[in-house]
Amino acid sequence: MVKESVQTTAASRSVGSGPRWQTLLAVPAATLVTLAVHLYVPNNELPNEAGLYSHFLGSVLAAGVIAGVIQFVWPWLKRWMRNMCPILAAAILLLCAWELITGVLHWLPLPYFPAPPAVLQSMINDRALLFDSTWHSLLLLLSGYLLGVVIALITGICIGWFTPMRYWGMPLLKVIGPIPATAWIPLAMVLSPSAIFSAVILIALAVWFPVTMLTISGIANTRASYLDVARTLGASRTYLIFRVAVPAAMPSIFVGLFMGLGTSFLTLVVAETVGVKSGLGWYVSWAQGWAEYGKVFAALIIMAAFFSTIMTLLFKLRDRVLGWQKGMIKW
Amino acid sequence: MVTEGRAASTEGSALRIIEVTKSFPAPGNTEMANLALDATTLSVAAGELIAIIGPSGCGKSTLLRLIAGLDVPDSGELWVGDDRITGPSAERGLVFQDPNLFPWLTVRRNVQSGLVARGLLHRKRHEVDEFIRLVGLEKFAHAYPHHLSGGMAQRAALARALINHPRVLLLDEPLGALDAFTRMKMQDEVLRLWQDRRTTMLLVTHDIDEAIYMADRIVIMTPHPGRVERIIAVALDRPRQRNSPEFLQLRSEILERLHFAGAAVRGNADIVETRILR
Repeated sequence: MVKESVQTTAASRSVGSGPRWQTLLAVPAATLVTLAVHLYVPNNELPNEAGLYSHFLGSVLAAGVIAGVIQFVWPWLKRWMRNMCPILAAAILLLCAWELITGVLHWLPLPYFPAPPAVLQSMINDRALLFDSTWHSLLLLLSGYLLGVVIALITGICIGWFTPMRYWGMPLLKVIGPIPATAWIPLAMVLSPSAIFSAVILIALAVWFPVTMLTISGIANTRASYLDVARTLGASRTYLIFRVAVPAAMPSIFVGLFMGLGTSFLTLVVAETVGVKSGLGWYVSWAQGWAEYGKVFAALIIMAAFFSTIMTLLFKLRDRVLGWQKGMIKW
Repeated sequence: MVTEGRAASTEGSALRIIEVTKSFPAPGNTEMANLALDATTLSVAAGELIAIIGPSGCGKSTLLRLIAGLDVPDSGELWVGDDRITGPSAERGLVFQDPNLFPWLTVRRNVQSGLVARGLLHRKRHEVDEFIRLVGLEKFAHAYPHHLSGGMAQRAALARALINHPRVLLLDEPLGALDAFTRMKMQDEVLRLWQDRRTTMLLVTHDIDEAIYMADRIVIMTPHPGRVERIIAVALDRPRQRNSPEFLQLRSEILERLHFAGAAVRGNADIVETRILR
């Protein structure tokens, strides 16, 4: 009896609703190390920047400790921390390595590779412009991406379903599609009334090709027996297209959406660098023109966060739409 | 016990197949054509359960696809009641060996897809639960198809076909992929559905026992070209006993038929009988 109860407690602990203490301490410990390196290893950082960075690391430390306490009463945070703590700790240690390489050991030349305190300072000083640039990038990206996806779904479904459309559409797609959208920039600049407008078209074009291609292949690969079954259930052509072929093509369409998102990021940044006078791409080249590399790095960090957030949102959408695949494929 | 199939009287039949021929291009040679069905005639009474057996290539699935309206015959006519079959319709339901449930829909949504397709979901929503209950899947109404066992998936496919109240239900080896025990249980379930609803059913099968156990008449088909070799009426009382002497007698007779009653066949029949005696 006693043995059994011991076993159950051991089992319940190993199944474990909470993270292990090592996981909980990972973030505060990593922050402490980074803070110690920052404060006690001699470097050539400016006092005000160094102070700001100390405050930043202090806040991270406090947040880590507070979260470690709150998770005892908040199950969602508990799950999140068990999952995220190791990777966050690694990210903080990466900051430490960055500071060692740039600020302490001077392995990389200045002013091209500033230490983290300088980047943080630039980020805070220029926050209004950075926010504005992010906002403009978001608007441009979304309008181009959505336009591209809508057109791609229409052309993809038409070419995928209707044989005559395939005859005329596929050659066009094969010839026009593989040209990188950025190669159209000279033409777009001449043809379109505004840089913003041509950037939207270019991003849409960049998204259009992969999404169209994978929509076509998804529709064309619909299992014939699904269509046969639907026909014997009394399905109209509309039903066959939108309730059988399109759902069956959805996994493939999502591959296209992800590929299109990647090409749209690329096209966005290039368009902002060469034509559009706003956005994060423009900000990077503008800051580089003034040799303010702290700002360049600040913009790059924001860009990374911005793009990965959008990527995450698309993953969430996929989880919702393709949830039925869970258990069928390696998710 | 065994009687010849009655002559096909076209009057009052639910389904009439008249001199239907269908050929497919031979693989690798577009000039030649494989005759899948050669001038096949068959008449099915309303509420009858017909089993079609025969070796592969005898055109039994082709026949079912023609009745479903998924293929068009080269010549000949197919009629359901007074309507000529020209294309697929909700009044002729089809269930395949693979349940072919739409994997992106839950069981419930699969079952109701026939109503959605015909725009009747609004008026007939109450029937969805009824049919899910009929096949005993209440607990799995919100599960996705890949969570179902083979038997459950096939039951869902049956409910999906039945919700349209088809005049003819076409079953293309629906139990072929199931294990022996599930298979026998499902045979009883299909019989129960048939006896409740008296839907005309055509059951294609490889399994002679299944044909004898379920059908009113058994259509034996032979390949190259596909044609009806013989029709045997099964005059056994239901529920049928799988091991009754009459059942086994009929079984060996059909086996003989399928093997063209040659010397080798006699050997086969003997093997069957020794197995039974043991």
